[in-house]
Amino acid sequence: MKISSETEVCEAIAGAKAPLSVCGGGTRGLAGAGKVLSVAGLTGITLYEPGALTMVAQGGTPVAAIEQALARENQRLAFEPMDHRGLLATKGEPTIGGIFAANVGGPRRLAVGAARDFLLGVRFVDGQGAVIKNGGRVMKNVTGYDLVKLMAGSFGTLGVLTEVSLKVLPRPETEATLVLSGLDDMRAVAALCRAMGSPFEVTGAAHDPAAGESYLRLEGFEASVSYRMGRLKDLLGGTDVHVLQSDASARKWVALRDAEAFHGVSGDVWRVSCKPSAGPELAARSGAEAHYFDWSGGLIWLRVPPGHDLRGRLGVFGGHATLVRADEATKARLGRFQPELPGVARLSAGLRARFDPKGIFNPGVMEAV
Amino acid sequence: MEMPVPDASVLARKARIVARLRDVLPSDAVIDDPRETRAYECDALTAYRCPPMVAVLPSTTAEVAAILRICHAEGVPVVPRGSGTSLAGGALPTADCVILGVARMNEVIETDYVNRLIRVQTGRTNLSVTGAVEADGFFYAPDPSSQLACAIAGNIAMNSGGAHCLKYGVTTNNLLGVTMVMMDGEIVEIGGGHLDAGGLDLLGLICGSEGQLGVVTEATLRILPKPEGARPVLMGFDDNEVAGACVSDIIKAGVLPVAIEFMDRPCIEATEAFAKAGYPMCEALLIVEVEGSVAEIDHQLSLIKEIAQRHNPIELRESKSAEESAKIWLGRKSAFGAMGQINDYMCLDGTIPVSSLPMVLRRIKEMSAEYGLKVGNVFHAGDGNMHPLILFDANKPGDLELCEAFGAEILKLCVEVGGCLTGEHGVGIEKRDLMHVQYAPEDLEAQMAVKDVFDPAWLLNPAKVFPLDASERRRAVMLAAE
Repeated sequence: MKISSETEVCEAIAGAKAPLSVCGGGTRGLAGAGKVLSVAGLTGITLYEPGALTMVAQGGTPVAAIEQALARENQRLAFEPMDHRGLLATKGEPTIGGIFAANVGGPRRLAVGAARDFLLGVRFVDGQGAVIKNGGRVMKNVTGYDLVKLMAGSFGTLGVLTEVSLKVLPRPETEATLVLSGLDDMRAVAALCRAMGSPFEVTGAAHDPAAGESYLRLEGFEASVSYRMGRLKDLLGGTDVHVLQSDASARKWVALRDAEAFHGVSGDVWRVSCKPSAGPELAARSGAEAHYFDWSGGLIWLRVPPGHDLRGRLGVFGGHATLVRADEATKARLGRFQPELPGVARLSAGLRARFDPKGIFNPGVMEAV
Repeated sequence: MEMPVPDASVLARKARIVARLRDVLPSDAVIDDPRETRAYECDALTAYRCPPMVAVLPSTTAEVAAILRICHAEGVPVVPRGSGTSLAGGALPTADCVILGVARMNEVIETDYVNRLIRVQTGRTNLSVTGAVEADGFFYAPDPSSQLACAIAGNIAMNSGGAHCLKYGVTTNNLLGVTMVMMDGEIVEIGGGHLDAGGLDLLGLICGSEGQLGVVTEATLRILPKPEGARPVLMGFDDNEVAGACVSDIIKAGVLPVAIEFMDRPCIEATEAFAKAGYPMCEALLIVEVEGSVAEIDHQLSLIKEIAQRHNPIELRESKSAEESAKIWLGRKSAFGAMGQINDYMCLDGTIPVSSLPMVLRRIKEMSAEYGLKVGNVFHAGDGNMHPLILFDANKPGDLELCEAFGAEILKLCVEVGGCLTGEHGVGIEKRDLMHVQYAPEDLEAQMAVKDVFDPAWLLNPAKVFPLDASERRRAVMLAAE
């Protein structure tokens, strides 16, 4: 249904008797069953104060429009949200509400935080059609429970985001990437972790076994980047290194962010979050056809044969595996998200029952199989 | 401050409840002598006091679970307590409650530099978390000013911030996982050494829930490598508005200082009289600190000084040594003590959009004259978190009430300009009855629905956060349903 105001969202939900497929631009392959309720018609930046690093926008505002407005003031979304269109072969316009509903981040998540860490406030419509607000547009706010975090990453199962307030950050003067060559997974992740444990403010740490290269990104003022690059080379000395300067560095991180290596190549795609040091061993027993590491080894992107039960292969481990790309039958059989421990699952189910008592928001999108 | 009437049936069962607690705890971990429970009658909001029925001091998660199972079965309210440094009355007991103090749970469970994390029992103090890793070049970033005493348990309950959160974020941004005991004694594990635990963000929900959803007994925290160095610059302006514009320009220029602190004239005067830090007498003083190598610091400070010069500061003093840095910070760090030398004070914690700073300071000055009470402002200017300190005389009848009324006016103003009631201290009992100012009934209803899910009988930390009328009604319904 065509929605162009928050009131219409309320009406659509209050009157709904059957499931709704809550979405923004629909680019992330998350649509549940049911009548489509898209917030893509709710657009517009309602407030932007560059000097206070804050912005307020309607839930359906295209991410592109937000990024343009930020670029004009030399600022950016620091959590580096991934664009899923290439990987999932989807079309459409990613929305800011969708970014937060799916807690979409990127390589810089490791250094600055996830989308949820930049969400300051929300307005949403709950399962009975009531408008709820929480948080605000200030950086520090502990007034009452933090439903802002709860809404981030709830995939439209608790409410429909109609407005978001977010924290933005300055765009650094430049960036550069140190490339280490010829390291195996174990040695590469060890090197990335050493770099992350240094005071040189690394904002990206990835390793691509297919290319035989490991990447460490530095950002900031020109002189500072060049100083830290020197120190980082000293720290990881003895390995074969070269440096990607500004534009080449930026292109590399877009490719890593969007999992470009898996675009247009058949196979299911999984994402595993774990302790960085556990990454190489998990990748080794994953049965994947291809993989690479982000987040210093703590995020593994894996391409596996269609229908491959990755969670079955990994068994119990400290982390979680998410099925990002597969046919509907596989998604239904394996479930998109890692099953929760019983205590946590009970709390999550309790929250869903309270926020969506009719059980109409994206049924099946988050529940375990 | 109105508190619920103690449950007579609970008080009547005190002997049995104490006996059951003694069955599961070492004898010195159960305190029921009224002379000793007095030690727990208040936290740092000392204006309100009420000794608890019993205090317990468990040492393990299993003991916490055993305590909560008993209290759940007996229908006894439980007030969790970290180090009791809450300025909002977050750990104020009720007469019929069991105070559950985590002070004995202070072990480091795991230190992992490769994955940059530490796992601790939550009774450990904030500063001693850093203490456990600093010899190896790491630190725990959130730094509330009570960090010498405050416990991680309380930091998680209040989502504590600090002076350096402009760069490093607050507790919720540095918390990776918890072990939490639910009111019915069930032990739940959330998150861990990995990022972004799958499913709904319960970790984010628990952080800042003021001990009302569960008792967090262990926490996995992010630790960070210490920067190579840090150095502040001090600048004085003869106009608040100009100082505010300077802050905004620094941020817009793409420099991200680790801290930007602001003090106004009453605060500067009090601080100078007390600590003699050599601050200039002016309307607004800024301390801006940056981090990095010597060359990086020089570069950032030169940019900041260049921006400051455009605003005609009456003083611009860059630290050239560790001694000079300490001297610049000395006044700021003594500010609360200095105000306390003059009289009793109440410390507020509202946050405002930085752009509203001049207007809000002007209004506070006007209100100060109207109420006849002095105010000094210390302020985390980078993130808009204000700390107005209202001076009053606790021994003068009616002065506390006058001060509270003035404080409420300031907080309402914070909300009016787009800010909030509390930036880092929490609601507790102090701001409970002001929640209506910031939230509509349906907003509060949504928050209380969360409480219903985690603690259906509303036994954990009762009478905090939500206006009493709203929560009491709910509690009665829940009890009837049981």
